[in-house]
Amino acid sequence: MRVGVFICHCGNNIAGTVDVKAVAEAIRKIPGVAYATTYMYTCSEPGQDEIKQAIKDHNLNRIVVAACSPRMHELTFRKTVEKAGLNRYYFEMANIREHISWIGEDKEANTKKAIDVVKMAVAKVMQDRPLYSSSFRINKRVLVIGGGVAGMQAALDCADGGLEVVLVEKSPSIGGMMSRLDKTFPTIDCSICILGPKMVDVAQHDKIKLYAYSEIDEIKGYVGNYQIKIRKKATYVDWTKCTGCGACMEKCPSRNAYDYFNFGVAPTKAINIPFPQAIPKKAKIDPNYCRHFTKGKCGVCAKICPTKAINYEMQDEIVTEEVGAIIVATGYSLLDLEKLPEYGGGRYPDVISGIQYERLLNASGPTAGHILRPSDHIEPKTIVFVSCAGSRDKSIGIPYCSNFCCMYIAKQAILTKDHIPDSQSYVFYMDIRSPGKGYDEFTRRAQEDYGVKYIRGRVSRIYPKGKKMVVKGVDTLLGSQVEIEADLVVLGTAVLSNPDAAHLAEKLHISYDTFGFYVESHPKLRPVETNTSGVFLAGACQGPKDIPASVGQGSAAASKVLALFSKDMLESDPAVAKVDINKCIGCLKCVRTCPFQAIKDKELRDGRIVADVIETVCAGCGVCTSTCPCGAIQLQHFTDNQLLAEVNALCLA
Amino acid sequence: MSGLENKEMKIVGFLCNWCSYGGADTAGVSRFKQPTDLRIIRVPCSGRVNPLFVVKALLNGADGVLVSGCHPRDCHYSDGNFYARRRLEMLKRLLPFLGIDHRRFHYTWVSASEGARWQQVVKDFTEVIHKLGPLNLTREA
Repeated sequence: MRVGVFICHCGNNIAGTVDVKAVAEAIRKIPGVAYATTYMYTCSEPGQDEIKQAIKDHNLNRIVVAACSPRMHELTFRKTVEKAGLNRYYFEMANIREHISWIGEDKEANTKKAIDVVKMAVAKVMQDRPLYSSSFRINKRVLVIGGGVAGMQAALDCADGGLEVVLVEKSPSIGGMMSRLDKTFPTIDCSICILGPKMVDVAQHDKIKLYAYSEIDEIKGYVGNYQIKIRKKATYVDWTKCTGCGACMEKCPSRNAYDYFNFGVAPTKAINIPFPQAIPKKAKIDPNYCRHFTKGKCGVCAKICPTKAINYEMQDEIVTEEVGAIIVATGYSLLDLEKLPEYGGGRYPDVISGIQYERLLNASGPTAGHILRPSDHIEPKTIVFVSCAGSRDKSIGIPYCSNFCCMYIAKQAILTKDHIPDSQSYVFYMDIRSPGKGYDEFTRRAQEDYGVKYIRGRVSRIYPKGKKMVVKGVDTLLGSQVEIEADLVVLGTAVLSNPDAAHLAEKLHISYDTFGFYVESHPKLRPVETNTSGVFLAGACQGPKDIPASVGQGSAAASKVLALFSKDMLESDPAVAKVDINKCIGCLKCVRTCPFQAIKDKELRDGRIVADVIETVCAGCGVCTSTCPCGAIQLQHFTDNQLLAEVNALCLA
Repeated sequence: MSGLENKEMKIVGFLCNWCSYGGADTAGVSRFKQPTDLRIIRVPCSGRVNPLFVVKALLNGADGVLVSGCHPRDCHYSDGNFYARRRLEMLKRLLPFLGIDHRRFHYTWVSASEGARWQQVVKDFTEVIHKLGPLNLTREA
């Protein structure tokens, strides 16, 4: 056994608080270690060449690199040792940066700790066995979850690249939040005019199969081979017959249904098509408001429908699709006004959220594009915008910035002036965050060309006074109290993750942060990958972001899928469980505990029953290994002996 | 760290690759200072931790053992951490029969984004072990 150990300075990141030379010296004394050295940046090209050269010069057959986290560079160095002719599993990494040099202040203690950790890695590498991956076929279809602008972009790019795409959207139409917007900043482009054609492209693309008003029920499998159960929710309208003529919506007597598309700005009918450009343009019944469901009589829509598409007996339907990769683009939700009691908590009709105001501005919205305040349908003259309504507020658990509110508030203030020339808008802000291309100029235009008054400070209270809403706040630049009597108040409410984001993450086996946003594989270098191979992220499900960033990430996720599918076969991870049939007693406890049904029973020629691992299905968790009463099933690369070697290298020293 | 300067204890940590190891990395990247006693062993899943690893570590000279995995329902492998929880809870109750104070063993859940939480877990557990002092099997029994 000839182990080579390479200790990285990582510039000053490690060498600043760990005496790397002393570590190398101590490690050199371990029996079996043939070579130990330090290097400035081991991950650099000359650093990797040095490893390859040392393998040759010193006839090394096992390699340990003590540097950063293996989550960062394990793969890098595995490839290096492989290029030098060693099996890539004859390699271990000791994490002396994230776990030592960056968190300990005492150089002596850090050095001692680094020696221990490298010793443990050396002990492990001595127990390592060569492993070889096998390859398996992949299903070159991709599932995109979420039909907002990010998901649509990802679906179109994948489809244009020749892949079959399954697009699942939970609401009755694709389009997402962008389809609700009136205009987009900083160009004041009409939102639906640029999104609509994209939605049509999605609908007409022969490679895209759209499931609208559907949700993901179950996800099974692994990269290359997923089985997805999709729940097509009951719409009570047969979409194969519905032509989207809208006759049912016109005649429906139930006029008080909640309008999800318009965020409740005005009620809608119990049977409705969410908006004129909806894709698919099909009607759907809301059973919570439909008289047929609530009172047991009515049936007007069934009578009026020219194609007899209404079916009150419709049930949810489960369909199965098989795909090889998944793009998650489930978007975001917005803070409920109820969470802001100081701003009325949703009790005042003339205190509304930014997205509701967007619907008031929109020509296809409930007011046909006329700004009329909800309480009395009168045109407001004094409008107050409050940014950071919930955002950057630790006291309600939202410490982060919601990214695009500063910009859309500037846009809405500009549009307000366009709609009502004799109006005056005020914006309360904490900081104006406008770092995009042309963004800062845009917020300046709002102030300089449109006369929007920006007041730096927060609003403490909003309360009604006659027909007005009094907005009480502070101007921190003047150091004085401000009170504005407004006709309408618009809150830039905080961006939240979707309420069911965690639930979906559990089905996908991906991580999410404290706020429910999905966690990317690396914040800088792997922004669309997740730690689960085959699952990619796009859009605001990963964190608040505006349209160009979402579109960019959608395309990026698509390119990752196209790259993954550019091969016909994928290599399997050989670090899977393996059964020693001589030790296995056939109790099959492992079969019962395996979370992936990757172990089956097998009859040997002598009639003995033993466990048998399906290699491509095994995900490598090792639950079976800890379950086995006789140590017969061992997770390769993390066997009992390998882990105990690490324990003993530390404890028995 | 102040208050913990005198002598280091031997503490072994088994961390799952997907959540807690990532959480410890996040703590490192954020430069959240911690006591230096802990040595981390990376395992794929907390469900991979055989309770015997913990016992062997303690019998062979460790003063404390910490196991950390993904939060329940957030396991990279669906439910590996549920198996871990059941086994490790049992182990916690068994340790006194081996003459080992159950406080020398702790299991918890830290996600990859919870760097600050990881720092707190390490600080708290190290403090507990320092209060208990070195494990002396003949004395504790």
